[in-house]
Amino acid sequence: MAEGEIIGVKRRARAVAHLALVIGIIVVAFPIYYVFVASTHPLQVILRPPLPLVPGAEGPANYTEALTGGVGRIGGVGVGRLLWNTTVVALGIAIGKIIISMASAYAIVFFRFPLRMACFWLIFITLMLPVEVRILPTYKVMVDLRLIDTYGGLILPLIASATATLLFRQFFMTIPNELVEAARVDGAGPWRFFRDILLPLSLTNIAALFVILFIYGWTQYLWPLLMTNSNSMNTIVIALRKMISFADADTPWHLVMVTAMLAIAPPILVVVLMQRWFVKGLVETEK
Amino acid sequence: MVAGGRSPVAGRPPMNRAVFPHRWLPWLLVAPQLAISLVFFYWPAVQALHQSVLREDAFGLRSEFVGLANFARVLGDPAYLNSIRVTVVFSLLTAFGSMAIALFLAVQAEKVVRGRGFYRTLMIWPYAVAPAIAGMLWLFMFNPSFGTLAWPLKQMGITWDPLLRGNQAMALVVAAASWKQISYNFLFFVAGLQAIPRTLIEAAAIDGAGPVKRFWTIVFPLLAPTTFFLLVVNSVYALFDTFGIIHAVTGGGPGKSTETLVYKVYNDGFVNLILGESAAQSVILMVIVITLTAFQFRYVERRVHYG
Amino acid sequence: MKTKFFLATTAIAIGLLPAGMALAKTQISWWHAMTGANSEVVEKIAADFNASQADYELLPVFKGTYPETLNAGIAAFRAGQAPDIIQVFDVGTGVMMAAEGAVKPVAEVLTGAGMTFDKSQYLPGIVAYYSRPDGTMLSFPYNSSSPILYYNKDIFEKAGLDVANPPKTWNEVWDAARQIKTSGAAPCGYTSTWLTWIHTENFAAWNDVPYATNENGLADGNAELMINAPVYVNHFQVLADLAKDGTFKYGGRTSEAKQIFLAGECGIFTESSGGLGDIVKSGMNYGIGQLPYDSDAGGPQNTIPGGASLWVMGGKPDETYKGIAAFFSYLSQTEVQTFLHQTSGYLPVTMAAYEATRTSGFYEANPGRETPITQMLGKAPTANSKGVRLINLPQIRDIENEEFERMLAGEQSAQQALDNAVARGNAAIKQALGL
Repeated sequence: MAEGEIIGVKRRARAVAHLALVIGIIVVAFPIYYVFVASTHPLQVILRPPLPLVPGAEGPANYTEALTGGVGRIGGVGVGRLLWNTTVVALGIAIGKIIISMASAYAIVFFRFPLRMACFWLIFITLMLPVEVRILPTYKVMVDLRLIDTYGGLILPLIASATATLLFRQFFMTIPNELVEAARVDGAGPWRFFRDILLPLSLTNIAALFVILFIYGWTQYLWPLLMTNSNSMNTIVIALRKMISFADADTPWHLVMVTAMLAIAPPILVVVLMQRWFVKGLVETEK
Repeated sequence: MVAGGRSPVAGRPPMNRAVFPHRWLPWLLVAPQLAISLVFFYWPAVQALHQSVLREDAFGLRSEFVGLANFARVLGDPAYLNSIRVTVVFSLLTAFGSMAIALFLAVQAEKVVRGRGFYRTLMIWPYAVAPAIAGMLWLFMFNPSFGTLAWPLKQMGITWDPLLRGNQAMALVVAAASWKQISYNFLFFVAGLQAIPRTLIEAAAIDGAGPVKRFWTIVFPLLAPTTFFLLVVNSVYALFDTFGIIHAVTGGGPGKSTETLVYKVYNDGFVNLILGESAAQSVILMVIVITLTAFQFRYVERRVHYG
Repeated sequence: MKTKFFLATTAIAIGLLPAGMALAKTQISWWHAMTGANSEVVEKIAADFNASQADYELLPVFKGTYPETLNAGIAAFRAGQAPDIIQVFDVGTGVMMAAEGAVKPVAEVLTGAGMTFDKSQYLPGIVAYYSRPDGTMLSFPYNSSSPILYYNKDIFEKAGLDVANPPKTWNEVWDAARQIKTSGAAPCGYTSTWLTWIHTENFAAWNDVPYATNENGLADGNAELMINAPVYVNHFQVLADLAKDGTFKYGGRTSEAKQIFLAGECGIFTESSGGLGDIVKSGMNYGIGQLPYDSDAGGPQNTIPGGASLWVMGGKPDETYKGIAAFFSYLSQTEVQTFLHQTSGYLPVTMAAYEATRTSGFYEANPGRETPITQMLGKAPTANSKGVRLINLPQIRDIENEEFERMLAGEQSAQQALDNAVARGNAAIKQALGL
């Protein structure tokens, strides 16, 4: 094969790849674009489907109305408070889970103690059981602990799963023995080893996990709904559902779409801003 | 949760782990997680177990011990067997669909030089969308009468009516559920592809293997650990995390054609208030989940060799 | 005090502060499922009530959809934390009634607070639905609606139908729907929301035919469904036949079909009177008519309400009940009811509010808004038209919907669908009663 020919084939292959990716992105990103488009049309246009595929002129008006009281009027609490609550919950879940799971994974991997395996299995079995299927009894526990309408009640039950623990455990087990032994020879105790060696090594993992957990916390619906009796503790996803009428009432769809944009944008921002770390964390755990 | 139990290509653990000698510190470290698991997982699980052998009215005013009657009724109910079938079909299609698309796109992303970051950035957006919102979106796009994208389907001569056609309803929820998971799979496949040594692929190219052959004989086998890991994560996702989507898009219908196990637990317990049977279904689900995770753990840990 | 103190310290101890803690006034919690514009109305009513007196503070809380709200209430009750007032949808009435001890009849709440409850001031059809057979009012009707017929005047005109006279009987609806379809005025003639509520429960009341034995379950909950009687079978067979060529278009189990009508795809539409708001806002040239009746049966009798009512939970302090009674009497005030009726599109609960709205000329300015009320007032309710009271009505509706969907997909005839629904429904009732 002549060299020029190979380059030609490569160029064609790349063009095909670009085309495929563009189509892929259109498919993947379209629904989000669709929300955006809907959020820029007046109610009447949304009510008389089908919706046009290009943004309308009502964008500024819709956003102003939603932010300056439209959402608050319906939900009884302003957008700012909703976003604040959601942020607290998402951050609480992400940080809380990272801390407790790092601690327990550290104990399980780097220490030997009685009942270590029992502890491991006790934690491990909780790997996958969604709140939805244990909702009634969990609710009772929350009431007994007086956690209704608190951030603690919104956060704690959702960090009771072992996924992050397992991820850390897998990562810690790849740390070479030599590193631990060298640290011990230097006279480093468990805390110094953790702070000076393990933590820096885990940063990309933590970043990846943070993104995953933040989004998990941000997108919760059923649990916050049950756990909050006060409008001022609502999250943005609840407010969104409150605006959508399922029967018998008019839905302010233009404001719903604005709220949907507000509910989608922060987690997207987190993913996009942290994507370099996020991807690095994934790649590194693979090595 | 979407984060998988284990990262795909981690090396085999050293057999004799160097450890720190300490008497109480490890206990202190596991205590928070253990406490939270006990309070928010084990205690409710015991309660669910207890409820599954009772027959109660919704408010818990009258309650009667019925032994295993709830389990017998659930397992003997054709509707339950149907929802097992629906769950298997739905989970497999969703896992396969989202993985196939993600793998294809990841392979394309590997080929291009310019704009890789741009593509990746746009590709991960859906991951940030709440299931409840995703369901609403797909309903809006594909509702047979007012969905913007239902119209082209009709123009193509397809009788698009997911409200009455079970297969189309299934296709719709599978599409919505897969869509949300493409991002996650895409990132893992990109990471997996980057871990494959260039030299191997170039050597095959010199031997005259075409791109398709190279992919199936070299790339795909080397991706096996990632693929297996994603298969597990995606099946679990399809089993549990898609509730919001099904709830919003089809509500289990038409008939019972999209009623998955988790949706049935919700519908029987939450909407129809048949608490005992719903609890029995929860217990069965817990057993399935524990078996699945134990299997995943053992299998991924012991069988698949990662290089 | 003690619990509040404990709560505060616990919260501070773990560094997580609960929202706000106001003292002094007796607080009354009200869990509701009102969304969209109706959620605004709830917030406004609560604010107005709180401003109108100094002893009580009403705290409305959105708890999701109707099933979600009911479940939140049940979960809270089982945990000893029930709200004071909870809004429960029409089909949950059977469950709430069976929960004696968990709830306190509204009639008792009012008399306990020294108020007299005069039933004659309320719309009989609505009160009957939320009362015990002996007439004791159990819950306070908050939002009631009734199914009516909407039609698209532009489509009617194109199809050559009489724009001023919408069809009155089902047979006329079928004929008009066929004419719309064959004339090409619209791709579909007729669609409907809520097949269960409109075409079985209201069909029974409006045509004065039984839905179930034992007065539709009102006299005794151990009832058997009767919806496979010929009058139902004939009705549904026509629907199934019309669905084959798209003359009838199925929109979904609840109110999704409204979008089909709004999109101008179908000319005729049956839906709750509460759905009017969206239709007005869409700017469509629409008309309103009575719910059609079956010319071979005993109608038109009276329709039954849909929507939800407010239940009072049991075991609360007297002070709370006094506050609830004060709130209910506030809600019954003519001005409040007229406001509710005119802004939300729901029916007024009191006769006085209806009269006031009529004399104000509201109905002349808003044609069609009186239709659901006159339907509901119709004739004095019979044994067939007081409503349906089954402990597991939501489940029965699920079963009916599943069978209807299989019928409309052409998998079974109306006779088979209704026979199946009756057999499965009866078994489910027996099971729910523990028989």
